[in-house]
Amino acid sequence: MNAWLPLMVLASSLVPGMIIFMLPEKAVALRTTLNLGGAVLKIVLLVLMMIGVFHGVEYEFRLPLVPGLDFVLHADALSLMFVNLSAVLWLATTVYAIGYLEGSPHRSRFFGYFSLCVTATVGLAMAGNLLTFLVFYEALTLTTYPLVVHRGTEAARKAGRSYLAHTLFGGVLLLAGTVWLYSLTGTLEFVDRGFIAGRGIDPDVLRMIFAVLILGVGVKAAILPLHGWLPQAMVAPAPVSALLHAVAVVKAGAFGIVRIVFDVFGVEFAASLGVTLPLAILAAVTIIYASTRALFQDDLKRRLAFSTVSQVSYITLGVAIAGPIATIGGLVHLVHQGFMKITLFFCAGNFAETLGVHKVSEMRGIGRRMPWTMGAFTLAAFGMIGAPPMVGFISKWYLGLGALEVGQDWAVLVLAGSSLLNAAYFLPILRTAWFDPPPESWPEERSFGRKETAWALLIPPVMTVAATLSWGLFASMPGTPLDWVQFIAARKYAP
Amino acid sequence: MTDWLAEAPWMLLAIALPLLGALLAFLRPHRAAMIGLIGAFMSAGAALAVLLQVVFGGPRQYEVGGWGAPLGINLWADGLSAMMLAMTAVVGTAVSIYARVYLADSPNKVRRFWPLWLFTWAALNALFQAADVFNLYVTLELLGLSAVALVALTGTGPALWGAMRYLLVSLLGSLAYLVGVVLLYHLHGTLDLTLLGERADGGLALAIPLGAMIAGLLLKIGLFPFHVWLPPAHGSARAPVSAVLSGLVVKGAFYLLLRLWFTFSPEGEGLPILLGSLGAFAVFWGSIQALRQERLKLLVAYSTVAQLGYLFIAFPLAGMDPALAWGGSIYLAVSHALAKGAMFLAAGSIMMQGGHDEIAELDRVVDRMPLSLAAFALAGISLAGLPPSGGFVGKWMLLQSAMAQGLWPWALVMIVGGVLTASYVFRVLGFAFTRSPHAHESHNVPHTMEWTALLLALGAVLLGFVAPWALPLLDGVLP
Repeated sequence: MNAWLPLMVLASSLVPGMIIFMLPEKAVALRTTLNLGGAVLKIVLLVLMMIGVFHGVEYEFRLPLVPGLDFVLHADALSLMFVNLSAVLWLATTVYAIGYLEGSPHRSRFFGYFSLCVTATVGLAMAGNLLTFLVFYEALTLTTYPLVVHRGTEAARKAGRSYLAHTLFGGVLLLAGTVWLYSLTGTLEFVDRGFIAGRGIDPDVLRMIFAVLILGVGVKAAILPLHGWLPQAMVAPAPVSALLHAVAVVKAGAFGIVRIVFDVFGVEFAASLGVTLPLAILAAVTIIYASTRALFQDDLKRRLAFSTVSQVSYITLGVAIAGPIATIGGLVHLVHQGFMKITLFFCAGNFAETLGVHKVSEMRGIGRRMPWTMGAFTLAAFGMIGAPPMVGFISKWYLGLGALEVGQDWAVLVLAGSSLLNAAYFLPILRTAWFDPPPESWPEERSFGRKETAWALLIPPVMTVAATLSWGLFASMPGTPLDWVQFIAARKYAP
Repeated sequence: MTDWLAEAPWMLLAIALPLLGALLAFLRPHRAAMIGLIGAFMSAGAALAVLLQVVFGGPRQYEVGGWGAPLGINLWADGLSAMMLAMTAVVGTAVSIYARVYLADSPNKVRRFWPLWLFTWAALNALFQAADVFNLYVTLELLGLSAVALVALTGTGPALWGAMRYLLVSLLGSLAYLVGVVLLYHLHGTLDLTLLGERADGGLALAIPLGAMIAGLLLKIGLFPFHVWLPPAHGSARAPVSAVLSGLVVKGAFYLLLRLWFTFSPEGEGLPILLGSLGAFAVFWGSIQALRQERLKLLVAYSTVAQLGYLFIAFPLAGMDPALAWGGSIYLAVSHALAKGAMFLAAGSIMMQGGHDEIAELDRVVDRMPLSLAAFALAGISLAGLPPSGGFVGKWMLLQSAMAQGLWPWALVMIVGGVLTASYVFRVLGFAFTRSPHAHESHNVPHTMEWTALLLALGAVLLGFVAPWALPLLDGVLP
């Protein structure tokens, strides 16, 4: 049972996905049942697993894969954090996607790949060694590609090409780094505080391996200058963008950075190699650059995309500052950013679906027409800016404190500058949405009776933003992401 | 009962059954498809029985007619032979099921296809179990001739031309090989592989015959720069034939090369590096050509040129921990057989549906034939060495071998080759999602064809999970 539970967590989205591929387009009810059933089952299984982990049960599945190396699924505190994030947001996105895609063609294909994509993310979260991580990292690339090109337009095909060019390049680097490391260490198992220190390997070689591995996962985390695919991938349908940005792809990259720094090298050993400072600087540059680019985007989804590029690098920054408190800030932002960004993308999708609004300049007075959606958008935007008491503030607070703790004062300046820029690209949206008069007519309005939009489109963003709000207000309560992250961070530093 | 089954002469049957099937299909042409399919299943069964025998009982020898060497013909099956037999059985079964439906509306071709195909199968099985260099020659020649005839089956201009070139190259290759065999016999007085391995001890007396044999085999494998015949032959043949040629026939010659290499273990650094370099050029050249193709089947054919190149990268890597390098190469060969077979079968279905195989005009194949496209994609994943797949395992082992020895150039070749492979595979997939500007008449494709390709591709993916059980078969075979 303890070996099978992680496998069942994978199967809870893999099996529905496989069945959905076979379903005819018209089998809406069955498809919806499978989608939601799988999503709920996954959460139930995860709750079981979390209870087990609290009671000290080890969940591990092992299968020999290549000579000397196993395929390992393992549930530890860090993996559970990411699995939970994926599972909960998957449920939200599934509900949203069912509403969003209602009546559009090729839904069986869409939901099939959607389920596979989540399976890959969950597998990546539970990967117990670098080889397994690599397997799911590539699987994620392959399963998201059909979602990016889903619309089948020329633009979608080009975006897909760019996406693949980037991510396959990253995958290749990760493969090369992994094999290189394995040829030196003979093991790839993730361990708290890493498995490399004390093996007497040439530090220069280790620095190169670190660079190769980080670049490999950095492509998905959209670190400068490997971020180009992300704004382009915006041609995908809104639920895909939401999932790509909040959980699946960019988070897989960020999670990879976390794993490599903490569980492959060990953060203290990495700091002693002198590789964390360059990473922190790269993250800082990405944060400022992408925020600046976001200022000049009129297309709402593109603005959000550049915002993602910037926000995901907070996680990298928190990890690379290499101090316990900053680590908390970085890791907790993994969850916080996920919920906030998915809310923003849900809202952007609602504007597009309900009113045909795609551009910031078209959002005049939209708050009066769609108060709930715009309300959720507003709260999430404040969170992104880092205004207290929103969760974004907690992330930034810990990041700033952590930077000061280890004497990296410059990082505080980056955080402050970035917050200003965030405000500069979010506040004008809020102003025009709430205070400008609405136009005579919207570009493409669909009527939903007295509701502002369909329930399936409205409930997910309201729920996700409510979650962030509660975590912001009750940050120190047990069971919040912050609480969980503090538990994780304590294990990654030598006592 | 079970004892009888376990001790039946499966090794002989694995050759005799397809041969018998070929004969019967030839004699009863209007029943050819039915006879052929039954023959295929029986051949596959016999091959799998040999695999089981070797797995449980170790390497075995069979003396045909009861006469031992040097008088009679000996069959020899060890882990490598068994692996090749099983590979042929899997791909062969898929091809047979596919071909029965694919050729259903051209009775003319049915008649000729089945005897030739089963004869090819018999030749392959004989090749994989031959124990002396002369029998290896005979089987190689039979294999080459039947393969050429299969290409000519298409019967139209370019295919005939491709078949002609193939025939000439094949004959030239066999001739070079035969020269080597004659020289070996003259110098060492035996044709038995084991005895030759003991008697030949380096020097020119080994180098010249071995050189001739290797050159002949490289021609037949189609290693760069001897590949020019391969894309037209493999690209213009009918889909099941292409699958057999790319998946299996070239592997026959590669198997023979490995046998010779393991037996004589040539000394010196130069030859392995030369072979590895040719392999590297093949990877680049084949992949770049594949990227430039406008037609799907030619793309797949050039991909074979590239993938065969990978197999040769094991030669310069085998210095340290040879089991790792050879194991990787052989595993790649087996994975490639399944993946490329599936890819050609899927391409055949796609071509049948649209009536053409222009890549830019694929016109939403993803909606029209999701199964075939999935087969193509899964096969492509294995070819590109993306996990989880047999191709990944093979490439991982080769990469690990290269990196452990610090042989960076070879590692780089494999990595860049993987990226190129993924590029041409996804180029096809990208166009499968878009609408083409021209309308094409749509034809129905039987589900059997689509499913066969998909299952074969899944087999290539499945190989990514069974390596820890499959690779021990090679213990004791590899130097």
